[in-house]
Amino acid sequence: MSLRKPSKEQPENFKFTSSSLEAAKEIIGKYPKGKQQSSVMALLYIAQKQNNNWIPLAAMKYIGKFLDMPYIKVYEVATFYTMYNLAPVGKYFIQVCTTTPCMIRGAYKLVEACKEKITEKENELSEDKSCSWMEVECLGACVNAPMMQINDDYFEDLNKEKTLKILDEILDGKIPKPGSYRGRINNEPENSRKTLMDLKDA
Amino acid sequence: MLKDEDRIFQNLYNDRGSDVESSKKRGDWTNTKDLILKGRDWIINEVKISELRGRGGAGFPTGLKWSFAPKEIGLRPHYLVINGDESEPGTCKDRDILRFEPHKLIEGCLITSYAVNAHVCYIYIRGEYFVDGQKLQLAIDEAYEKKLIGKNASGTGWDLDIYIHYGAGAYICGEETALLESIEGKKGQPRLKPPFPALIGLYGCPTIINNVETIAVVPTILRRSGKWFASLGKTKNTGTKIFCISGNVNNPCNVEEEMSISLRDLIETHAGGVIGGWDNLKAVIPGGSSMPLIPKKTCETLTMDFDSLVAEKSGLGTAGIVVINKDQDIIKCMARIARFYKHESCGQCTPCREGTGWMWRMLERMTKGEASKDEVSMLGDVTNQIAGHTICAFGEGSSWPVQGLLRHFKKEIEKRNNFSPTFDKGKNIPYLIDQHLLNKKDA
Repeated sequence: MSLRKPSKEQPENFKFTSSSLEAAKEIIGKYPKGKQQSSVMALLYIAQKQNNNWIPLAAMKYIGKFLDMPYIKVYEVATFYTMYNLAPVGKYFIQVCTTTPCMIRGAYKLVEACKEKITEKENELSEDKSCSWMEVECLGACVNAPMMQINDDYFEDLNKEKTLKILDEILDGKIPKPGSYRGRINNEPENSRKTLMDLKDA
Repeated sequence: MLKDEDRIFQNLYNDRGSDVESSKKRGDWTNTKDLILKGRDWIINEVKISELRGRGGAGFPTGLKWSFAPKEIGLRPHYLVINGDESEPGTCKDRDILRFEPHKLIEGCLITSYAVNAHVCYIYIRGEYFVDGQKLQLAIDEAYEKKLIGKNASGTGWDLDIYIHYGAGAYICGEETALLESIEGKKGQPRLKPPFPALIGLYGCPTIINNVETIAVVPTILRRSGKWFASLGKTKNTGTKIFCISGNVNNPCNVEEEMSISLRDLIETHAGGVIGGWDNLKAVIPGGSSMPLIPKKTCETLTMDFDSLVAEKSGLGTAGIVVINKDQDIIKCMARIARFYKHESCGQCTPCREGTGWMWRMLERMTKGEASKDEVSMLGDVTNQIAGHTICAFGEGSSWPVQGLLRHFKKEIEKRNNFSPTFDKGKNIPYLIDQHLLNKKDA
C-alpha cells in the first residue's frame, strides 16, 4: 500500500463553481436513482481540476454533503486512489513510469532529467512553483517505453536528452506535443512493420 | 503469419481513422440488427462455438460466462460492465482499442448487452487513459447521434445506454469485484466470491464483466461465424490475440496474431528480435508482470496460448510480453515488480498487505547481495504464505513472479547472496544476528 497524507495547509472553504456544478449534476445522472454515491470519484476529479490539481479536505466535506454520504467515505476514496492529489502539485504535474518494462529501457534516465531540471526530490514544487514530478507505477504504454505523463498527456519513446528538452519547454511556459518522440506512429513496429501494409500504403 | 484479412483490429495502428464512417467502411455496424434479431441463444451459442476465452488474464470461456446471467429480467435490472482498467505492467492493448477501434467495442457492448439482458453498460477506464477515454466518449456520442445505441438501438427495439466511469490509479480495480466496488463509489477492495457477480454484482444486481478486447472481438465473430474463429489457433485456445511486445527488443510493438504462435517467431518477425541477438536473451515474462517468467531455454520452443503456458508453470495472462536480455539484472527487474505489487496491494488481507512488502524488501537486499543463504528459501516460504490466502487473485499475482524467479534463477541469487548467517569472529557480516546480545567487537 502507498502512504498518502493530506497537506498540512488546508483552505477553510470549498464550493463548486457554477460550471463544476453543472458537470457534477450531469455525472450524477449517469447512475441509477439513489446510487448517487457512484459519482464520488468523478466529483473528486472535478474538485481537483477546480482547485489547481489537488483536493483539500474542505472539498471532501463538501462532496460528502453534496452526495448525501458520510465525510469519512469520501475521505476513504480520496486517500485510496493514487490519482487524487492530497497536497499541492505543480501546474505541470510530471509522472515518470519506472515499472520494469520502462525500467529496462532506461526510465531512471528520465528520473535523472527530472532531478536536474525540476527538483532533487519527488513531490516538491520547482523554484518557480510551476512543476512537480513523481515516480509512478505502470502507466500502460509499455511498448512505448520509457514514457512519462504530463497532466493528461502521454510522452512516449523518450530518452534523457528528449526529456530535458521537453522539461525546458515546459519551464519556458510552452506546451510540448504529446505522443511518440521517435517519430513512429502509435504502437507500430518502427521501420519493420509487416502487417496491414495495404492500409498503410493506400 | 496470420493473413491480413483475418485480423480483427484492422485499425490497430490508426491508418484509417477511428470515426464512425471509417469504421463502417471496415465493416463495423453493417448488419448489427440482423445479428441481434437472430436471438440470444444464437449469439451465446455462436460465442460458445468460437471457444472465445476472456482476454483479461484469467481466460474464462466467454460464452459460458454469459450463460450464467439469469435468462429473464427479474425484479433487478441487469448490468454489463466493461473492464478497461488496464494496469498490468507489460500490457497496453486495451488502450489501442479504446482510441483506434472504439466502434468495435461499442457494437460489442450492444450485442453483449442484448445477450445478457442489460439496458445499461458501464465502461470502466483507468484514470490515466483520460485522453483515450475522451476519444471513446466521442465515438459513443457519434453512436447516439446515429441512433446506433440509445433508445431502440440500431432499430432492434432494444434500449441501451453506455456510460464511461474513470478509475483513479488503482491496479486492484482491474479485479472484477473491486471494479464493482469502485463503480459504487467505494474504495476498490475485492469482495468475497461467491456470490459471483453474474448473480449479485453491481448494486446487488446480476452483472456480466468482460475485458475490452473480449467484447471488441464479438461482432466480428458473429459476422464471420464462430467456426471461423475456432479455426484459428488450437482447440480451446482459439482465435486471434493482440500481443504487446515490450522490453529489450529492437522494435517494441503491439501486433495482432494468431493464438498459439511461437514466441520466437513473434519476437523475431514482429518485434525485430532481441537487442544483442537471440543468444543475448535471458528470460521472458509471457503474460504481464503477474505471470512467472520463462528462461531462454524454454523460450526456443514455446507457443503462446493459455494451455501450453500453463504446462510451463506460467500463463498467457494478458499477453503482455516483456523481453529481458542479459544486459539486465534479472533480480533487480523482479524486485521492481515486487515494488509495484507492494504499492498496489489494496490492504484488505494481511498476508498480501504485509507479504508484498516483505518480498520487495528481501528482493532489494538480494539485488545488493546483502541477504544470507537461508533467506533465499525463506523468500519461497513467504510467497507460499501469500498465494491462496487472500480474497482475490492479487495474492497469486504478486507471488508468482517471485516464485518464477526462484524456480529458474535460484542459483544466480544464491551466488550473489552466499554468506552463512552464523556468527563467526573472522567474518565480515553485513548485519548482526542478535543486536541486543552481541556486537561484532565483543564476539
